[in-house]
Amino acid sequence: MKPFVLDHADSPDAALAALDAGATAIAGGTNLVDLMKLELATPEKLVSIRRTGLDEISADGDGLMIGALVSNADCAAHRRVREGWPLLAKAILAGASPQLRNRATTGGNLCQRTRCGYFYDSTQACNKREPGSGCAAREGFNRIHAVLGTSDQCIATYPGDMAVAMLALDAVVMTEGPYGPRRIPLAMFHRMPGDEPSRDNVLEAGELITAVRLPAPTGGVQVYRKVRDRASYAFALVSVAVDLAMEEGRIARCALAFGSLGTVPWRDRAVENVLIGEKPTPALFAQAAEVLLKDAQGFGENDFKIPLAARALAATLHEATQTGKA
Amino acid sequence: MAATTLTARVNGADRPLPADARRTLLDWLREDLGLTGTKKGCDHGQCGACTVIVDGRRINSCLSLAHLHEGDTIETIESIGTADALAPLQKAFVAHDGFQCGYCTPGQICSAKAMMQEFAEGWASAVSEDVAARPEFSTDELRERMSGNLCRCGAYSNIIAAIEEVMATQAQPGRAGA
Repeated sequence: MKPFVLDHADSPDAALAALDAGATAIAGGTNLVDLMKLELATPEKLVSIRRTGLDEISADGDGLMIGALVSNADCAAHRRVREGWPLLAKAILAGASPQLRNRATTGGNLCQRTRCGYFYDSTQACNKREPGSGCAAREGFNRIHAVLGTSDQCIATYPGDMAVAMLALDAVVMTEGPYGPRRIPLAMFHRMPGDEPSRDNVLEAGELITAVRLPAPTGGVQVYRKVRDRASYAFALVSVAVDLAMEEGRIARCALAFGSLGTVPWRDRAVENVLIGEKPTPALFAQAAEVLLKDAQGFGENDFKIPLAARALAATLHEATQTGKA
Repeated sequence: MAATTLTARVNGADRPLPADARRTLLDWLREDLGLTGTKKGCDHGQCGACTVIVDGRRINSCLSLAHLHEGDTIETIESIGTADALAPLQKAFVAHDGFQCGYCTPGQICSAKAMMQEFAEGWASAVSEDVAARPEFSTDELRERMSGNLCRCGAYSNIIAAIEEVMATQAQPGRAGA
């Protein structure tokens, strides 16, 4: 690990001042410490934001404000989250291990880096790690990589689960920064690689996530299905989050988000529009999958994700619409 | 920078944090404090051998910096039992052959102890039927909740049997727990 100076911020303002002076924020450290050990992240200054007081979950009108420092475990264990936004609790509990969820935070989880093997191997070309060096994944071992939202420069996925549920729930990322507070819809938070894959999200230099806001509970049926290589403690190959409501045998409302399928947590309103107002049938689910995957592009080892996503979508919709009938 | 006087409470005693900010919690415990019961497996948060309990919660000590734990209360395997006075979980691991090489065992025991607390507090898991309800105890729940601890020898079935026995005992009023 490269040497660094570590300071501790005791308030959001102190954290912002440190960020303004060029420090990198550290919270749980479950991703950043690992990246520092591998010298893929080499901050000269770190500021711990653990004691900034941003670790509360509180009501915000009909919605919920989840502080950036709330651990994944505490969020998933919180009574209001479990009752009002079960999709979020389910997605969090599907991710990582209990030990990691105890330490990982809400804000940090949104900022976690990809798990692309070439990103972690400094002897390999990776535009995300070293802009301009190329992308070894396109022609390499790319079983876990994205089939949607890729570019010539990068095909890495955003690997998390929590953000996928938040995307389906219309969450908003609350930030403070040099230009004042921002409310960034989660759908606009993560960046597709384009020609600048080193930037995973739209946070500006000096900007700090303070909370994630969930709008009022929808009361819908919420299902999170995660397909992975082992039953627990593994990243998704494909995951599907759905929040839907049935009325008189038809899908009245539907929000869908997908994980590890695209370069960012993926939501496509055209897919939801195929489903809304219709009776749930296998043919309808197949039609929705066709719309979802019309621009999907595999790179060899990850070709299987395209039919897998179609099947995972159908299975998730089947479960949610059967439950919703009751 | 002058030697730090910042401390963390480790197994009941205040210990000065290391001079080097790069020290992970794991390396501080093992190399500086000589608490070598906590093991370094993968050193990347993928195996759980380094599991310790911080402020009542299990974490991977390899993925944290010692300096992030000023004022925290840390429990390692050394505080859970001794060779002469084994804790219930340790006795059960022996009785059920919950290991072969034993390298993952301290992490398994620290993890199981904190897991039992999480379960007692009604935390749901990925296999819970209803995430909003207090979960029912089952072997599937136990497997899911212990998935953060890998066992290279594959002693999983005996590890689960050992923990199940302790949890069943604890469920009876008046019996000592872990």
